Amino acid sequence: MRAEDFLIENARRAAHKIALITETRQLTYADLDRESDRLAAALRDRGVSRGDRVIIFLDNCWEAVVAIFATLKAGAVFSPINPSTKADKLAFVLQNCRPTAIVTLRRLLPVARQAMQDAPSVKVLVSTGSGEAGDSIDFADAIATASAPVTRPAGIELDLAMIIYTSGSTGVPKGVVMTHQNIVAAATSITTYLENTADDIILNVLPISFDYGLYQVLMSIKVGATLVLEKSFAYPQAILNVAEKHKVTGLPLVPTMAALLLQMKSLKPGVLPTLRYLTNTAAALPPAHILRLQELFPHAKLFSMYGLTECKRCTWLPPAQLAQRTGSVGIPIPGTEAWIVDDDGNQLGPDAVGELVIRGPHVMKGYWENPAATEKVLKPGPFPWEKVLYTGDLFKRDAEGFLYFVARKDDIIKSRGEKVSPKEIETVLHALPGVREAVVIGVADPILGMAAKAIVVLEPGAALTARDVLRHCAQNLEDFMVPKSVEFRLELAKSENGKIDRRSIAAEFKEAAE
Amino acid sequence: MSSLSPDIMQAVRTFVSENFLFREDRDTVGDSESLLDANIIDSTGVLELVAFLEEDFGISVADSEIVPENMDSIESISRYVERKRAQEAA
Repeated sequence: MRAEDFLIENARRAAHKIALITETRQLTYADLDRESDRLAAALRDRGVSRGDRVIIFLDNCWEAVVAIFATLKAGAVFSPINPSTKADKLAFVLQNCRPTAIVTLRRLLPVARQAMQDAPSVKVLVSTGSGEAGDSIDFADAIATASAPVTRPAGIELDLAMIIYTSGSTGVPKGVVMTHQNIVAAATSITTYLENTADDIILNVLPISFDYGLYQVLMSIKVGATLVLEKSFAYPQAILNVAEKHKVTGLPLVPTMAALLLQMKSLKPGVLPTLRYLTNTAAALPPAHILRLQELFPHAKLFSMYGLTECKRCTWLPPAQLAQRTGSVGIPIPGTEAWIVDDDGNQLGPDAVGELVIRGPHVMKGYWENPAATEKVLKPGPFPWEKVLYTGDLFKRDAEGFLYFVARKDDIIKSRGEKVSPKEIETVLHALPGVREAVVIGVADPILGMAAKAIVVLEPGAALTARDVLRHCAQNLEDFMVPKSVEFRLELAKSENGKIDRRSIAAEFKEAAE
Repeated sequence: MSSLSPDIMQAVRTFVSENFLFREDRDTVGDSESLLDANIIDSTGVLELVAFLEEDFGISVADSEIVPENMDSIESISRYVERKRAQEAA
């Protein structure tokens, strides 16, 4: 089975069922199948071939769902990119995976065009939204004027299906490579323990450029459910109104969304009576928030989970275990294995802290054209033909095998559930004239989980303000990477070899917070 | 519709530009422009906006009022503040 079969099979089985609800449009399974067929044909007509990459540079709109399935039906590979990505980083992605096509929003055309200047691979630019399409192909026109739908099969399940770019501790994004088989395995495993059925109505506000958001689309369509796709959680009450209106049964959260819900004064237990389950991943929920979510949604099961883009999801805690193992992220997801090793690769027993290793059909095939980075995380497994994933996260387990996250091995900050690379922000800060030195650390934040804080030493005579520094960051980084605060210092603590001592600076703030 | 108080509009405009605008590569925002669509405000921004409205205008903002209809542009925020002040004064 390939990932586009999720859609094709449900369109055959339940053509008139609502697959997707957005603010502007509702699509049945038949609509989604037909329009993605036509966009696939339009992409093929313009030269997108099997194995070619297609950049999905869109927000959470229905066109994004059509574009994902169209790409797969054309036998091509999609890569979803956060719509707040700036031209320099997009240019890096374009040069890295050399896509043939980009599908984007009208308002993002200037960013796409700027990034395309040094990316000769891009031959097709499709845009949607209001305003002039200019030299890009209008999304609606492409669908309306496409030739006959592409004939299948356009590949097998071992083919590459998607590349998801993720921040690395080195500051250079890496493209996580996933086959159709990877997607089918992960989606099957997760929908099994969530007990998803075609009766589910899942509300997703997480960006589809983020694998947690993307998988809401893939899984909902796999089980033949209805997905309500929203763009933002900025107005939680508005989202609750939408959830109530559509009788939502599933609500995926990150801790920031839980914090925003819980700070609402008027929320009373029993809100959203149709809600069957809530999920949380990306970072741990504070135990107090777990309790309050259970009070607010007494009929809903709460799933604490843990994962990383490199294998989509690692573990889940069966909701019945939540009371006695509040801090645990549970057990390996169905069909997979996990264990903990010391620095020499020896398996550790209960309560010993070591690196978590993951084995299963959901583990990525590697980082796109980056064998050095791939080799560091994919290492030989129990059989000569297989690789297992070293997560870079320190864990321990209890006597019954339930896993507990301890810390990351690198300096990555988890803010609003997304991975923020201090190195990437520091590189941007160093490019600002007047900045002599800069270090970025994570500090605890009640809403964001961790917030990036920039500590900056200016050149003598430089007169930058915190606002100047933040504006520069906002111009060069995705929204979720922009530091929350800036502090100026005359110097930064150094280690013996003269390098900035990130750990000791971070420790100052940790102590201050405790 | 009655015309909005220029003082309220100006205070809201100043707050938005001083607190949110500098994070974007732009200097101005239209009075009726959607702050969310223009990527000017996010979830923490909305919380900051609500705190500002409660402190500076002495109104109490209910959760159910924190919706785009009341909060998504300088104009809609100002209209909301005026309505709330009239209600709370009554």
